[in-house]
Amino acid sequence: MSSADNNGRALPRAGRALPRAGRALPWALVTPALGWTLLFFVLPFIAMGFSSLTAHEGGGFTLTNYSQFFTNPSYWQAMVNSLQVTAIVTVVSVLLAYPFAWILAEQVPERWQRLALMLAVLPFWTSYVVRSYSWLLVLAQNGVINRALIGSGLFSEPVQLANTRFATVTGFVHFFVMLLTLTIFANLKQLSPSYRKAAADLGAGPVRTFLHVVLPLTLPGIMVGAFLTFVLCIGDYITPQILGGNNELLMPQLVMMQIGRRGDFPLASALSIILMAVVTIAYLACARWLKIERA
Amino acid sequence: MSMKSASRNPLSILKSHLHAACAATALLLATGAQAADLNALIWCDHSDPALLQPFEEANNVKVNVKEFEGTGAGLAIVEQSQPGDWDVMVIDSIDVPRGVEKGLFEPLPEDKLPLADLFPEVKMDGSTVVSGKRYGITEKFGYNTIGYNKTKVDPADMQSMAALTGDKYKGKVAIYDYYLPVIGMAALAIGKKTADLTEADLPAIKAELLKMKANAKLVGEVTASQTALATGEVDILVGGGEWVTAGLAKENPALDFSIPKEGAVLWSQSLAMFKDSKNKDMALKFIQYIMSPEGQARLATSSCYWGMPANTKAALTDDQKKILRFDEQPGFLARAQAYPAPNADLDKKMQDMWTEMLQAK
Repeated sequence: MSSADNNGRALPRAGRALPRAGRALPWALVTPALGWTLLFFVLPFIAMGFSSLTAHEGGGFTLTNYSQFFTNPSYWQAMVNSLQVTAIVTVVSVLLAYPFAWILAEQVPERWQRLALMLAVLPFWTSYVVRSYSWLLVLAQNGVINRALIGSGLFSEPVQLANTRFATVTGFVHFFVMLLTLTIFANLKQLSPSYRKAAADLGAGPVRTFLHVVLPLTLPGIMVGAFLTFVLCIGDYITPQILGGNNELLMPQLVMMQIGRRGDFPLASALSIILMAVVTIAYLACARWLKIERA
Repeated sequence: MSMKSASRNPLSILKSHLHAACAATALLLATGAQAADLNALIWCDHSDPALLQPFEEANNVKVNVKEFEGTGAGLAIVEQSQPGDWDVMVIDSIDVPRGVEKGLFEPLPEDKLPLADLFPEVKMDGSTVVSGKRYGITEKFGYNTIGYNKTKVDPADMQSMAALTGDKYKGKVAIYDYYLPVIGMAALAIGKKTADLTEADLPAIKAELLKMKANAKLVGEVTASQTALATGEVDILVGGGEWVTAGLAKENPALDFSIPKEGAVLWSQSLAMFKDSKNKDMALKFIQYIMSPEGQARLATSSCYWGMPANTKAALTDDQKKILRFDEQPGFLARAQAYPAPNADLDKKMQDMWTEMLQAK
């Protein structure tokens, strides 16, 4: 470390103390956040890791909790179900949210945008459980949709909508379309109108401008929203439990079964860590779009 | 593995310390527990203020409750707690020996309990008495059988479990999401006795469960299955019984239950006192209150779920007795069999089989 200025002259003692204090300040500022992360993420994660390597009966070291996942087809199927549901929810939510965000950003007058956005995210303000049960009322045998279908003469018997994967996906999509709309809307608003003008000057039509200019530039917003959707969806217990009717199990339900039925925290920990590993892989796949600063 | 050898393992030490800290914190945060309080590990029927309030007022004590479902979950909570955290526990009668084996329970003084007033069939001394000492007393019982809407199905069909796997009611069935009683019902359907089940019986039971699943619209826990039957989403509940229909009798008198010719699974819950309780006198008073005619009536008609009181002298009204089919109990009890009581290994295999059933398309 140099204690001299650029011309090689020795600095006074007080002059050397100032940079040291300057270097300490950022650490002091981030320490609470680091402490919080250490206490409520790193330590619990380590504890979960230890637990996952412990036998349920007896408490000795074992890898059985992990091997069970790969050897028991029901457990493996839960991961397949989770990935399928999450993929469907993410794709459908993006396809619905993008045009919605685009209409909000481009078609709604500036002065109404704030109100429109607030109305769009209004369902966020209701309880997650209440929202799921509300969907059950809509999709049930005697629910709104079945009554309308039978009343219109399209069907003579109720269609099973509740207690299916369709119901789970519907509940999820309702929630995540709002989330994705927010991230994509923010991205669209950041996009300078100059890009479109430049594309038009160069002879591109609206479709070509969208496909070759707007869409690539809003891809980071889509990916951030899609990643959040993936993470929240794959770890959600409430929605499939209420709307899926236990006709298939997703990973969070399988984790809860181990705790609720057998008090098997080690197996639940192992399944949770496997779930986290999948989320990490998803993160790495999306990492290039998840940087805070845009290139 | 013994407790001693387990305690030498560093993983176990860390695990037990973490669990103990979490459990103690949860108990304190959830209940604001004080030394004079009574801490009860209970099923949801005991959390009804109409049941607890008279006891609290009469004894000037606060009853802190923590709900759980299933013996495994209950014992896990105890294992994560410090000795003395809990005073009393509600437990499946057949599982009382599991608690005794773990050294958790205190013998109960038989001379201070109304044992002579209990239905003889539900005393279940084979489980509640271990090595000549009574560790549990049955407080409430009922049946996991066929619950149904009698305006939607033919009650005559409900006299046989074959109706659950036939085509007639396909898509009109819900299954109660608790593996032990429904596995017991599947065993009865194929002519097995619930007390004699072994691993060799599992393939045949699994085949029966898969047939039930193929007919089912949903597999739901207490609230979901109750709601499905009450709202007409389904017409039959496998594993249902008076615990579903009795509480809804006023709003929906069409709901009923049958004990089919193959029999039904008898559920029976007991009260036990913890050996390490710091408040044993109050714990015994609580058990005595629950077993008293007044306590029994309040427990039987709890807002969470109704069930038959174990005490024949329960202070139920005539209407309540009619809804619970009190007078028909001797006939029902004669045809009922107890929950399967698997050892830890068979229990794990049964749960894995249940998971496979849930995953089946």
